[in-house]
Amino acid sequence: MIETQRLTKHFKDVRAVDGIDLTVARGELVALLGPNGAGKSTTLRMLTTLIPPTSGTASVAGFDVVRQQREVRQRIGYIGQGNGAGHSQRGRDELLSQGRAYGMGLRQARTRAAELIDSLGLGDVADRTVSTLSGGQRRRLDIAMGLIHAPELLFLDEPSTGLDPQNRANLQEHILRLRAEHDTTIVLTTHYLDEADSMAERVIVVDHGRVIADDSPARLKAEHVGDTIRLGFDTEHAAAGAATVLSGRGGSAYGKELTIRTESGPRQVPGMLEDLRSAGLPVASVEVTRPTLDDVFLTLTGRSLREGGSKTDGTPVPELVEV
Amino acid sequence: MTSLVTDTRTVFSRELRPTLRSPFTMIIAMVQPLVFLGLFAPLLPGDRSAALQWFVPGIIVMSCLFSASMTGSNLLFEIQTGSHERMLVTPLRRPALLIGRALKEIVPMVAQAALIVLVCLPFGYRFHLGGALLGLVVMAGFSIGVGALSYTLALASKNQEWLFWTVQQTVLFPILLLAGVLLPLDGGPGWLRTLAAWNPLRYVVDAERALFDGDIWQATTVTGLVAAAGVAAFGLFVGVRAMRTST
Repeated sequence: MIETQRLTKHFKDVRAVDGIDLTVARGELVALLGPNGAGKSTTLRMLTTLIPPTSGTASVAGFDVVRQQREVRQRIGYIGQGNGAGHSQRGRDELLSQGRAYGMGLRQARTRAAELIDSLGLGDVADRTVSTLSGGQRRRLDIAMGLIHAPELLFLDEPSTGLDPQNRANLQEHILRLRAEHDTTIVLTTHYLDEADSMAERVIVVDHGRVIADDSPARLKAEHVGDTIRLGFDTEHAAAGAATVLSGRGGSAYGKELTIRTESGPRQVPGMLEDLRSAGLPVASVEVTRPTLDDVFLTLTGRSLREGGSKTDGTPVPELVEV
Repeated sequence: MTSLVTDTRTVFSRELRPTLRSPFTMIIAMVQPLVFLGLFAPLLPGDRSAALQWFVPGIIVMSCLFSASMTGSNLLFEIQTGSHERMLVTPLRRPALLIGRALKEIVPMVAQAALIVLVCLPFGYRFHLGGALLGLVVMAGFSIGVGALSYTLALASKNQEWLFWTVQQTVLFPILLLAGVLLPLDGGPGWLRTLAAWNPLRYVVDAERALFDGDIWQATTVTGLVAAAGVAAFGLFVGVRAMRTST
């Protein structure tokens, strides 16, 4: 569905996107994850024909993003960072214009708009001026507009930025349902770690305009970080003894604690506890920490995604929006 | 299937809809040239109806220029909110985005022209309907060009709104004065007339005066049409290019 080769975009001296090779198959749900300024949105803007690449090629839905822009545009949906609906317009009017822009007849556009208004719960506000809608309502309207022509491939640029947790959950549900019902291929960018983690089957980690990792969230974590098992003991002596008993598993004792990094931590703990009991080293406490995608990012780049900007972690953002 | 015409209609009706839903803004815009006419026309020397005969087409062209040059101002806001970007991702033909927006500014202009003419009739103003209609076509062509240039200016000043207004205001008045809209150029010094000769609006104004008087089969009609078509072609060329390269 998407195929890029050495896709590159320079803005003056800045290499916003620095040679990205990407293949996305039909039906995939892919998240581009990275800090602000990593080149996620620039990549998306090239794939959606909004800006021409400096070099490299990209084929989207079977067509070249430079030479066959209209063919690409006809087949994709795009939900940008801003509000797609004009603030002085009414929601339903915008849905109709959007349908017309994709070549739908008036009647067809009306039917489709009514359908989307219904399925996105916009019935009460569709005939109000967009500027009077809440942030969550506008976002749902944006989604309705992006879906008007039932695209086979949908791009979402930071879809849930500025939404409160409830609206984010709603939005994610809509996206997942869309995929389940219509087998739509979906590419989204996000800097919310939990969003990438819970929604996407495939996470492409982008940093400094390059792809630095590309796999399922579970495999990324297992491969690059693994689980952390912390065993607590009553004495330092016991901890040191445990390190010897479990030396085959690569643990390191520090104080009264033994830390072991491993894949599939929860499966290994029972065996460890048994070995330690046989050795007469009772364990006082057990903690298994599963890695987050942030740990993956930290391992790969030495930096945390949470440090970069003000809104880069998975916790609710201060700027809340009501439904 | 879509065509340039249906795409233009889509953009045009989208733009016009909020205006139709709240016609009050349009009424305010229409009063403006009337105020201008009421305060300026009495200052014109000589016979009043002859003065109106000369002045009315110029006022219509002026309000047309003002409206068309505002095309980009709505766009500025839509660039900031994201709705322009959403339009760019659709398969709408790029020239349709320019033409549709510019034409939307012309609709109030037609209503304005009709109002100005109606108000002036009791004061002895006379016009030729066929000529006036052809005159509107010339002005529409000119407005598409100016609208497209205004659109380009908005794209160029997307993160600095002041730039749009500074350039728009700076360019507007010399063009207006060098077209002989408010005062005849005939008595001016040579350098001024040379400058005016390079101003396409000047040929549009001359054509409008002749057309509204009913002198349709004149060289001025041809030069006016050519000037309007030239501005339209130039504006669309620049505008489409700007859309392709704008980040």
